[in-house]
Order: sequence, then C-alpha cells, then structure tokens
Amino acid sequence: MSRFYFDHAAATPVREEVVAEMEPYFSKKFGNPSSLHNFGQEAKEALEKSRVLIGELLNANPKDIVFTSGGTESNNLALKGVAFANKEKGKHIIVSKIEHPCVMNSAKWLESQGFEVTYLDVDKYGVVNPSDVEKAIKKGTILVSVMHANNEIGTVEPIEEIGKICNDKDVIFHTDAVQTFGRIPIDVKNVDLLTACSHKVYGPKGVGLLYVKEGTKIEPLIHGGGHEKGLRSGTENVAGIAGFSKAAYLAYSEMNEEGERLTKMRDRIIKEVLEIEDSFLNGHPTKRLQNNAHFCFRYIEGEALALHLDDKGIEASTGSACSSKKLEPSYVLLALGLKREEAHGSLRLTLGRKNNDEQVDYLLKELPPIVKKLREMSPFTKGSSWE
Amino acid sequence: MYSRKVMENFLNPKNMGEIKDADGVGKVGNVVCGDVMELYIKVKDDRIEDVKFKTFGCAAAIATSSMITELAKGKTIQEALEVDKDEIVKSLGGLPPIKVHCSILANDALAEAIYDYLKKNKREIPEDLQKTHERIKKELENTEKGHKHVLPEEK
Repeated sequence: MSRFYFDHAAATPVREEVVAEMEPYFSKKFGNPSSLHNFGQEAKEALEKSRVLIGELLNANPKDIVFTSGGTESNNLALKGVAFANKEKGKHIIVSKIEHPCVMNSAKWLESQGFEVTYLDVDKYGVVNPSDVEKAIKKGTILVSVMHANNEIGTVEPIEEIGKICNDKDVIFHTDAVQTFGRIPIDVKNVDLLTACSHKVYGPKGVGLLYVKEGTKIEPLIHGGGHEKGLRSGTENVAGIAGFSKAAYLAYSEMNEEGERLTKMRDRIIKEVLEIEDSFLNGHPTKRLQNNAHFCFRYIEGEALALHLDDKGIEASTGSACSSKKLEPSYVLLALGLKREEAHGSLRLTLGRKNNDEQVDYLLKELPPIVKKLREMSPFTKGSSWE
Repeated sequence: MYSRKVMENFLNPKNMGEIKDADGVGKVGNVVCGDVMELYIKVKDDRIEDVKFKTFGCAAAIATSSMITELAKGKTIQEALEVDKDEIVKSLGGLPPIKVHCSILANDALAEAIYDYLKKNKREIPEDLQKTHERIKKELENTEKGHKHVLPEEK
C-alpha cells in the first residue's frame, strides 16, 4: 500500500539537495568553526555562508542571525532571554492564547519566576486583534510574542501591525515564524526577534534560528565559549546549519510557485471535505497557511479518525484529547470558542512538496466513508444529547 | 503505540450497534472528556444472549467496547459481573498505560447495563454492583463540574 503524508506541519522529509549539501561536513570538512587551522576555517566558512544566505532571505543583517537547536530553543531564548535582560524595566509579557506549547510553557514558567503574563484572546478564526495588543501594553510591558501563523489551524496573524504597535510603544516584539518561514515572505523591519526552524522546510531536525535585531536586550540561556555572539554557546551544528540554509534557499526560490500549487490543493480539500455533513473548518477561511486544512467532524473522535486514515495509508494528525498525554483537547481549538466535544473531533491535514492531485483524490475518496463508519458507531447524532 | 489486537478490534469492531428492545442499557463516560460508551444487553434465562455497543471515543475506547461485548456474550449475569478490566486489557494484548481507563469505562458500561436490567426486573442488586453504580454516578458528577480552560501540557 502507498503511504501518503499529509502532516507537513509536523515534519518534512529532508530534500536530497539538502542531504548533499550537508554531507561534506560530517567526515571531510569536520572541523570546529572556532579552530584556526584549515579544517576549522572550512567549517567556519560554511557557517558564515549560511548566515549570510538566511540573512538575505529575511532581509536581515546576517550578524543578527543566531543559530540554535530548533524552534523550541529559539522561543525559550526569546521569552526567557528578554524577560531576564529587561526585568529592571518591567516584568509584564503579552502572548496570545494560541501560541505553540514552547512559548506557552516558557511564559508559564516566567510567571513562576515573578513575571506577569497576559494571554490575549483570539477571535473565532484564531486571529489576534492588534488593538487588543495595544490595549494590553502598559507600563512595565517588556515583550509581546505573537506567532506568525498557528501550527494547528494555520491562521496567519497580522504581525506587521502588531510589530508597528510594539515598535511605537518601545516594547520588544517576538514572532514565532516556524510555520511560515520559507512559505510566506517575512520582513523583519518591525520585528525584533523571530524564530524559524529547519525541519519544517525540508531541512534536518535539530536546527533553528533566532533573529535578534541589533540593540535588543537579551540574555543567553546557554553559557559557554561565547558562540553566536554569546547568545548561544556550544560548537555549532555545521552540517545541520548548512542543510538548513540550503533548504531555506530552495524553499524561497520555489515559494510562489509551490505556494500556488498548495493553495489550489488546500482549497479543493476544504471545499470537498465541508460537503460532509456536520463538519466545519477551523482557522481563517483565507488568511491561512497555503498548506493547512483543519476540520472538525461532529459526533466522532479525532484519534479514531486519524488511525482509520492511517490504516488506509493517509497520515494526518488530530488535536483530540485522546491523542495527547494529558487527555485534554487542543487548547488552541478551545481558544477559538469550540466546545470540548467538538474539539475532540478534529483533523489536521498539512500539505507538502510530494502531495499531488492524485493523492488528494485518494484522500477525498477515503475520508467520507471513515467519518460515516465512526458516526454509525457513535451514540451521538444530530439533535441527540450532544447539543 | 497500540497492539495488533487493539488495532484489529478498533478497525473491525464486533457487536457494533444498538438493541432497540434491550433488557438493560448502560451509559457511561462524558462527551466533554472524550469517551462515551453505551452498552445494550438482551437477557434470556439469566444469560446475556445478545450485546451491542455504541461508542464515541479513541481507538482504545472502541477496541475495549468491542472486547467487552465479546467477553460478555453468552455469559450468565453472575459470570459477566466477574469480568474485570484486567481481563479486557489482557484479551487485547495490552493497552498503553494512559488508555487503561478505557478498559475501566468498558467494564463500567457492562456493569451499568446489568444494573439497569436487574433494577427493571426488580431483582436484588449485588452489593458490589451497587457500589460500582454509585461510584460511576459520582465520577460523572465530578467530571461535569471539573472542566475549565487549560494551558498546554508540558511534553
């Protein structure tokens, strides 16, 4: 049986070109970029070349790119690093209610360290209202963190407006762009800190970056030999970084074409899936990632749905409680105002390079009978005690 | 994450559906928490002649529902009451620890169906079954009270 992968928001396969780019830096050009000798300088050259390349893609000064181990580390560095460096100025931080768990749990931890956190509501599509950000900023606000696009529902946030507001109010603005980097053009003009990572753009896992605009006050989390401008000590993951920059370059050079292709497939999926009775779309109808389609199906449960799809060779994910470790449904879906019973029946399909119309045909053929079968099994139907 | 047995019972569950003129019905779980089971039994000469289920829930919930119907079918009331969660888990080749509660739920659904049957027929309720019934009722009240907005789990 063929297996069709519809979970690109989780991970993407590393491209062959990327593997080739990385290969020399394992055994041949294995040097430590901090070494003065030839091997070291070879590695340093690869590192700096990657930095320049990524800087250009982001319209950023390459010196402001700090390589890390991935999105989670970058987001931890952004929140905790800014909090600790600016605590004399204030102890108030603003995040949205739908940030990734690594932002949420960093914020929660900072609360335990005496910081105050405002969790901003979103509308039913998951959009943060910039005027809510403006209203929430007060004396002592040091940081606002709003993601560029949500990893579950795909809603793209108005970060330019939010960035401008923060800029005007002299508050540091961070955006988690893990889902958008390489998919949507980003300009860091109004952004002080930006997170991106490699494994969402067909690069290797374990590599990411934090853009830190010059002059932004931030403390490192990892102390050591002072690598990455002292913000992230530890010998750099040269092969990984070389792979990341290659993957980013390829993603940018194909961005428009691939974006259009994915949007077409996405819109077809949305249109046809919504023909299933008692289903609805989560996230914004148009302001959403080109590759994200996210649904709820009433009266059924998402893990059962995802595993039935898996049995048919379709790999997707769910925000159902039963798939989480604490048996709680997705807090992102609850923040949209969904009832818990609705949130249990969610399905996320995220498209990528290898998906094509034939795979979408297959998905659209297999999904409705699975929903039907699970509904036949469910004690709930329209008008039952469900409502 | 799931055993082959669980997947078999989940993908092709046995005894799925509803018995319209059931002699006993057990409804357990709470849709807010993500698992609801309804179990229907038909009893003849003190023996569970037919049993069917309807379940809203994950793969483990569906597999345990299927398994409890298999285990209960053909047993006398007394024998059926002796089925416990460990037997369900064992028959399924094991369950991930976080999903063991599904086997308890399935067992509870059977207990409630039998309770309903005995009650309707004005038969004596065994002490253990009475206790189980009261625990299930109490748990349902607690879960209905206990839900509020939560922040994400620390992975």
